Amino acid sequence: LPTTVYRGKRDFDRLLIKGGRIVNDDQSFHADIYMEDGLIKQIGDNLIVPGGVKTIEANGKMVIPGGIDIHTHFQMPYRGTTTVDDFNQGSKAALAGGTTMIVDHVIPEPGTSLMEAYDQWRQWADEKTCCDYSLHVDITHWNDSVKQEVDNLIKEKGVNSFHVYMAYKDYYQMSNSELYEVFTFLAERGGIAQVHAENGEIIAEEQARMLQMGITGPEGHVLSRPEELEAEAVFRAITIASQTNCPLYVTRVMSKSAADIISQARKKGNVVFGEPITASLGTDGTHYWSKNWAKAASFVTSPPLSPDPTTPDYLNTLLSSGDLSVTGSAHCTFSVAQKAIGKDDFTQIPEGVNGVEERMALIWDKAVTTGKMDENMFVAVTSTNAAKILNLYPRKGRIAVGSDADLVIWDTDSIRTITAKTHNSAAEYNVFEGMELRGAPLVVICQGKIVLEDGNLHATSGVGRFIPCSPFPDFAYKRVKARKQLAVLRAVPRGMYDGPVSEFSMSRGGTPSASARTSPTKQPVRNLHQSGFSLAGPPTPDDVPIRPAGRRIVVPPGGRSNITSLS
Amino acid sequence: MSTAGEVPAFFKSMGSDSPARPRQKFCGMFCPVEGSSDSKTLDFDALSACRGKSDGRVIDRQTDISQPRKVEIRESTGKEALQNLDDKRSDRLLIKGAKIVNDDQSFCADIYMEDGVIKQIGENLIVPGGVKTIDAHGGMLMPGGIDVHTRFQMPDRGMTAADDFYQGTKAALAGGTTMIIDHVIPEPGISLISAFEQWREWADSKSCCDYSLHVDITEWHKGIQEEMETLVKDHGVNSFLVYLAYKDIFQLTDSQVYEVFSVIRDLGAIAQVHAENGDIVAEEQRRILEQGITGPEGHVLSRPEEVEAEAVNRSVTVANQTNCPLYVTKVMSKSAADVIAQARKKGTVVYGEPITASLGTDGSHYWSKNWAKAAAYVTSPPLSPDPTTPDYLNSLLSCGDLQVTGSAHCPFNTAQRAVGKDDFSLIPEGVNGTEERMSIIWDKCVVTGKMDENQFVAVTSTNAAKIFNLYPRKGRIAVGSDADLVLWDPDLTKIISAKSHNSTVEYNIFEGTEVRGGPLVVISQGKIVLEEGNLHATEGSGRYVARKPFPDYVYKRIKARSRLAELRGVPRGLYDGPVCEVSVTPKTMTPASSAKTSPAKQPNQPVRNLHQSGFSLSGAQIDDNVPRRNTQRIVAPPGGRANITSLG
Repeated sequence: LPTTVYRGKRDFDRLLIKGGRIVNDDQSFHADIYMEDGLIKQIGDNLIVPGGVKTIEANGKMVIPGGIDIHTHFQMPYRGTTTVDDFNQGSKAALAGGTTMIVDHVIPEPGTSLMEAYDQWRQWADEKTCCDYSLHVDITHWNDSVKQEVDNLIKEKGVNSFHVYMAYKDYYQMSNSELYEVFTFLAERGGIAQVHAENGEIIAEEQARMLQMGITGPEGHVLSRPEELEAEAVFRAITIASQTNCPLYVTRVMSKSAADIISQARKKGNVVFGEPITASLGTDGTHYWSKNWAKAASFVTSPPLSPDPTTPDYLNTLLSSGDLSVTGSAHCTFSVAQKAIGKDDFTQIPEGVNGVEERMALIWDKAVTTGKMDENMFVAVTSTNAAKILNLYPRKGRIAVGSDADLVIWDTDSIRTITAKTHNSAAEYNVFEGMELRGAPLVVICQGKIVLEDGNLHATSGVGRFIPCSPFPDFAYKRVKARKQLAVLRAVPRGMYDGPVSEFSMSRGGTPSASARTSPTKQPVRNLHQSGFSLAGPPTPDDVPIRPAGRRIVVPPGGRSNITSLS
Repeated sequence: MSTAGEVPAFFKSMGSDSPARPRQKFCGMFCPVEGSSDSKTLDFDALSACRGKSDGRVIDRQTDISQPRKVEIRESTGKEALQNLDDKRSDRLLIKGAKIVNDDQSFCADIYMEDGVIKQIGENLIVPGGVKTIDAHGGMLMPGGIDVHTRFQMPDRGMTAADDFYQGTKAALAGGTTMIIDHVIPEPGISLISAFEQWREWADSKSCCDYSLHVDITEWHKGIQEEMETLVKDHGVNSFLVYLAYKDIFQLTDSQVYEVFSVIRDLGAIAQVHAENGDIVAEEQRRILEQGITGPEGHVLSRPEEVEAEAVNRSVTVANQTNCPLYVTKVMSKSAADVIAQARKKGTVVYGEPITASLGTDGSHYWSKNWAKAAAYVTSPPLSPDPTTPDYLNSLLSCGDLQVTGSAHCPFNTAQRAVGKDDFSLIPEGVNGTEERMSIIWDKCVVTGKMDENQFVAVTSTNAAKIFNLYPRKGRIAVGSDADLVLWDPDLTKIISAKSHNSTVEYNIFEGTEVRGGPLVVISQGKIVLEEGNLHATEGSGRYVARKPFPDYVYKRIKARSRLAELRGVPRGLYDGPVCEVSVTPKTMTPASSAKTSPAKQPNQPVRNLHQSGFSLSGAQIDDNVPRRNTQRIVAPPGGRANITSLG
């Protein structure tokens, strides 16, 4: 366990929770918890604690590790405006919902420095965040200097997850070759490859078609992004990740078919994690057809919510069975006036929905009260798994001695109705408006301090610390490392071919060359054939070194060539 | 069809010379046959009598199974025979006592052919004198095979595939295949039409059996679209192949594929796809060469089957999106076949074509110590190193998840292969298989009980004819169909070997495989081309068979779906609240994560960028001049599916 004591920006409280039922992802048990300096110091019965300690009587209620929202977009700049929830507003909403840590996405403009963008985000977040945070960095373009920056971010800046886009054609979108290179690089450096999975090329075509047909409202958004396109991109990302032996993390799983592909891949042994978000677990895409433009526009996010109303239930089931691993909110809210940028063209509507505050309660209501999952699984999908993927476990995501004192006392019976009138976000619409949810945080403790009590939020702007994530998280990389050792390919030792060789032309100017499948990048290395060979005599074998005969064939004839596929 | 005019004349006398009962006519089944007129069909009632009788015959036949089956070919005597020889174009042929096997049923009947067309089917036919008669003794008579995928005489970097149209079609006939469909591969930059004409010229002068042509789309621009239209309308092409592999040479991007598929759907053609992710293949090739793996095993290591499955999945998605029928060529791996099977379950119009090689052998030979042998197996997608693959693909073929079989016959001789002796990525690709196709499938599927003889006909001939709109002229034994027939001997055993095969290459990838089942007699265009093991193929006798667009088998569903798939906007009052000011040039600004317009749509933007300046945040809007769309119906209702082509 990490034993470093973080010197905080202020005095930490001493806190004792008595009579709670501690719920971790593996088991639940009754014990008292004593916290000091933002850390859990003791767990057990009849603890001996110093005087002057504030005591909370839990009365047998559940005490769970604070939630980790692994996907937020607070204070995100968008074409000169900024999302309405900044790091203060957003992290306040998070705390109100029982989430004590958020992981935000840094989005560098294509062509600009990753490092500068990272510093900018750090500055914004350090000033305003009310809870601990960490950062993912989005890779929006790819070249050698970006590669260098990624390397620095991993080694020095505590970032271990990088996000790439398969959508947003000609803007953020990466080609398959670039994805291959990014994934290869991340696999070497121990990073997690996150992917926004949608086929951007097809979307661009479909958007053009929709607009031509005169469909300009928010329904065009979902019509131009059918769930197949999401599933296709997920499939492709998994293929590339498996090829490069890189752990994959699919952000925003919004549809049944995308989730199915992830669970199939996991069955085959791929290291892939799926992240459904609050919106996809709680509501569906029928609202895109709402007659109220502003309401319809408030649901716009990518990939879109599925118009199939059985989707949330299905995703909750897969989350419960472990096929989907973590939950985020992708909280990225815009005001109606901002959404109205796209009032005559759905492609211009800024994307994003709320969900950071509702996430925990919604999953409790949809998955635990319905009997799909138990309280331990609930802790796993809202907190522990995220901590493991980010390599923050057991500092975060577990109630144990030495872990951070980020705790939630959860009330399983309280019932709340979600509405924009009472929520902590600054947005005018809430995509879960009117939904009645059972289960809510009673007390939230963040960094050892009570921030929510009796319905009152005492969040302090700027107390949030950046939590660095180290590379090679065991949760993802143990398997990857083992496979790397196995996946060494060897050539077959053969005598040299010494028969006649046909003449052929390297340039494709002449007749059609059907099977010329070399990419031009390789040609300079290999074009010995072009001139040096004669048709007549057998080439002297002395010119060419004969390959060592002692090589072992690791991949035997009839065996599998791809070691990462276990099927 | 050369006999188009004569067929109706022949049928004028029908009823008088039909002995049992006049064949009753119902419209339908055969209407699409060119020139076969609208009032002909099999009279199943008349034939059922024969079928009833055949029950008795089965026992008879079983008795003589012990004896070697023999076929007698009798020539009529004297003058008539000579007349027959004189007039080569009107071979008259009668096959007696055959069990006719179509894809839907088998029945016993005699069959009379004239002028390359089947004229009568039934018992006790009244036929003119001077007819050559084949006594089938109850042997199976089936429609000649159609090899949907060949690449005879294919140019590759100054070389040419070892089998030209003459050698290739001879090999096809020897194996019971009476029609081939070859691929035209225009070099990028060369016009599709001129490439097509080049292939026509090669094939017309050399082909020994009927043929047709697929055209490959190797690049994409406006001119290609026009040429495709011409090919469909004037040249009888209804299938186009796109490549997802061969990066920087033939490979098209997803957007291009989307556009090609849209065009293909509008033209009523079939979109074929070579499914492999070329980007990943290129990266893997480089990685494997860097590791010092240069032999043929590098070929399969750099093209793992996942990469094939991924591309199949992607093309299915694009095809669904564009509502275009899809045909996946060369299904080589289990996972690719699974993706096709799943897509079909969801309702996608997709067809999968395993080839002789993937049904008959596996990729373990890439590790052979004999370089030349290992190189002979190089094809793309590669044969799977998983030895259970052929059995699995045969099972899917039998249950209908895969529909047609080709051979992708494109062999190169060893000297040509040796171009890549130091770099596997330069080895010319292609395997043999046109001659072995029918026997391999019979041996692997029918002998093992995976499929029956009717399904065998379906996958070797009928389905291909239906998909490519040749049915029932090809792919069926019926009155008015072409006289392309095979008398099949299920007990014939043969060991495949490069020594005895009809191809010109030194290696046969099925070397040493013992197969049961083979053609006894092959009839192409009404003429006997194979009997008693002797091949009498005539160079240049093959005709080009034009194919019409919008094959029913494929397009009935597509048409229905395009009618349903109209999307409508939601009629709303106009939004009249405040609108944020926005910068038009997001690229120079701070990150704009959600700018999801692509430049491809930039032309649309001028229509839409009213916001840029004209709007005031507070007051009245300029929406009065925008027509309201109040009367539009919402076809895709809330809660319903947005994508009508997905039935899942």
